[in-house]
Amino acid sequence: MTEHRNSRETQRPQPGEEGRQWLDPPGFYGWLTTVDHKRIGRRYIVTAFLFFACAGLMALTMRLQLARPNGHLVGPDFYNQLFSTHGSIMMFLFAVPVMQAMGVYLVPLQVGARNIAFSRLNAFSYWMFAFGGIMILTVFALNTGPEAGWFSYVPLAGPQYSAGKRQDFWAQMITFTEAASLIVAIELIVTAFKLRAPGMTLNRVPLFVWAQVVTSFMVLFAMPSVMLASSFLMSDRLVSTQFFNPAEGGDALLWQHLFWFFGHPEVYIIFVPALGIISAIIGTFARRPPFGYLALVLSLVVTAFLAFGLWVHHMFATGLPPLGMSFFTAASILIAIPTGVQIFCWIATLATGGRLEIRTPLLFVIGFFFIFIIGGLTGVMLASASLDSQLHDNYFVVAHLHYVLIGGAVFPLFGGVYYWFPKMTGRMLSELAGKWNFWLFFIGFNMTFFPMHILGLDGMTRRIYTYDAASGWGNLNLLATVGAIIIGLSVVVFFANVLVSMRSGARAAPDPWGGKTLEWATQSPPEPCNFPRIPVVESRYPLAEPELAYVTGLPTQFRAMLVTRLHDAAPDHVTADPYPTIWPLLSALATTVFFIGTVFTPWGLVWGPVPVAIALTCWFWPKAKEVEIQRRVEIKPQAARPAPVLRAGATP
Amino acid sequence: MTPSRASAGRVLDLSGLATYAYGNRSLMWWGTLGLILIESTVFALGVVTYLYLRERTAEWPPHQQLPSLLYGTVNLIIMILSGIPNQWTKRAAEQEDRRKVQVGLLICLIFAAAFLVIRGFEFGALHTAWNDSAYGSIVFALLLLHTVHLATDFYDSAVLTVLMITGPISGKRFVDVSENAFYWWFVVASWVVIYATVYIVPRLT
Repeated sequence: MTEHRNSRETQRPQPGEEGRQWLDPPGFYGWLTTVDHKRIGRRYIVTAFLFFACAGLMALTMRLQLARPNGHLVGPDFYNQLFSTHGSIMMFLFAVPVMQAMGVYLVPLQVGARNIAFSRLNAFSYWMFAFGGIMILTVFALNTGPEAGWFSYVPLAGPQYSAGKRQDFWAQMITFTEAASLIVAIELIVTAFKLRAPGMTLNRVPLFVWAQVVTSFMVLFAMPSVMLASSFLMSDRLVSTQFFNPAEGGDALLWQHLFWFFGHPEVYIIFVPALGIISAIIGTFARRPPFGYLALVLSLVVTAFLAFGLWVHHMFATGLPPLGMSFFTAASILIAIPTGVQIFCWIATLATGGRLEIRTPLLFVIGFFFIFIIGGLTGVMLASASLDSQLHDNYFVVAHLHYVLIGGAVFPLFGGVYYWFPKMTGRMLSELAGKWNFWLFFIGFNMTFFPMHILGLDGMTRRIYTYDAASGWGNLNLLATVGAIIIGLSVVVFFANVLVSMRSGARAAPDPWGGKTLEWATQSPPEPCNFPRIPVVESRYPLAEPELAYVTGLPTQFRAMLVTRLHDAAPDHVTADPYPTIWPLLSALATTVFFIGTVFTPWGLVWGPVPVAIALTCWFWPKAKEVEIQRRVEIKPQAARPAPVLRAGATP
Repeated sequence: MTPSRASAGRVLDLSGLATYAYGNRSLMWWGTLGLILIESTVFALGVVTYLYLRERTAEWPPHQQLPSLLYGTVNLIIMILSGIPNQWTKRAAEQEDRRKVQVGLLICLIFAAAFLVIRGFEFGALHTAWNDSAYGSIVFALLLLHTVHLATDFYDSAVLTVLMITGPISGKRFVDVSENAFYWWFVVASWVVIYATVYIVPRLT
């Protein structure tokens, strides 16, 4: 293994003309204008974690309020805003974006690309996400936070029961975040389909990339539903359309259908990338390729398909026809099968690999197994329509959803951060702090959420701001609050670990864990162009080969990226990645003015797009100097030399 | 490429590859396809919403006020005819004939402008307002959604037309024209579906 790392170290290429093309302008202007997927991915992750911390503080406030019966810390109105904003931020501004951000950083590196496809859109996506988040936190600070829960049911969220602008801002936050998310989904699909290193056939695509591709397709088909629903909600509130008003032919359940047609896949949009992280970590730490590559990939695809057939299980309490209930009960139980297949594949990998070295990334994965399986079991229970009608809207559901989301996504995410931090920063995170981080989180988590199962069975409904002493719920709630404080400590340890390690952590080698996928072939952190020489892939785990072959002969007069064919990744043509520019930021600012304007006046829909159109036009308009260079080195499709044929690889 | 693994510095020489390509070889084609998938989902959900609300309403449309067929149908014809200059422009782009592309884009713009003007009359001929009933709301929403697509495509075609006339252009701008034409086909196809929903479905008893 050491030998391996050394040999790769000596192969480190010298930055040549390629490297210079990919440099950002220096300083703050460079920070604003960069289109480098690594810089944008990193700031996407950091921003999402900041939102996570804000929403976590809201959760802690709620736990302090509920610690004892008849608490007086906050009133009912503020409590409504607390849980609504907590849920909305965690789902829309943390869980989905942070997983996609991991993809933005890692997918190009894992497929051997120099940047993400449509890199300027990537910058635009980040700014949209950041501005949407800043907007919702600002209005929360101004006592205008959402108040109807993260799923914002009508009629509660409609014009009649929620006056003021609180729900309008919620709806507009959806527009911001979903636009950002849809853009990233397209980028990741195109990167994984068309920018893979030559030789990386579909059968050799890393499992993490597969997970991101599957997730991105789910985003394409799920997110439009909530955007449409929230647009209907806003127009009901602002211009008196009647979508959800039963008095004029509208229908309140329409909201629930549209929301959960997005909302259920959403859970898997958060969970599937986590599966990719787990496969990456397990493969590396078990010192063997993950068992059952094909089964793992197909399970991801099956999960994605089934996820779209489950939405009604969130609506069992709405009095649907019994046949429908039975169908959705069966579908909900069915989805346990692909998840089970993956868990058995991972266990087989861990059981048959080398001696396990329990480092922090693996520790978090083991924590995932424990917590997620409990969450999965309560999930199978809740899939039963009859039991669900008993437990609907009580703390049993709160316990279940935190077990699946924190266990299924946040634990693997933390593992992923420990695993890839050396690549992202060139420094190792502290192992000691990592172990504290894990154990505080693990103990605190179970202390907080396990008692909620019992509270739920005992009839404590969710979203109540206080309860009576006679209920007898006081002690379990106190226990949950102590647990929440421990989770808070764990997160403080994590942030401290990140901040300290970024400055003074141990220097990371290019491949500190002995990973076998292409991101470990770059420097830590990678230089701006990722791969000065694009590698040629000859097996599923390129770094397990004695030596990597490289591409030569790409143009150096512009930011050359190699486009390959979808199925076999044979070289096809060269494309120019755009240079840094301020226009994505200005376009996002114009769009922000447009979106916030429409909260206050329908005329925003008329005038708002004008500055957006101007900014987008400036973004698109080519620079004469760049066009001149392009024309000089241009090779037309009909004049191109056919690409040399790659040796047919026998090993997958 | 030599199959030997031991030899040092094995390379794959890719000099002479094209610097752009058309159709599904290009990134732009895949990006456009992604956008089409998103927009198709939006339209499909809009149509499903229409049918869902219709299912739950005794009288659809309320008070038997059917939308007039005239303007919508004229627009359907314009839309389908626009496919001819659109495809002609796409082919001209792929032959990299700048003069033909300029002419083609201008003709396409005229079709889109005509459609947009008639769209204004269409709203008046719906015989309902967006705030009358859920029926009015969803009909307006469908028409508005399609108009937004049309207006954005009109605008970006206009920008592209100016660019093709004034420059600066390199070969890959012809790929943009070709993909722009590809997207226009989606705008045409979606109008067939929206037209059927808004104008034909309420006439089915």
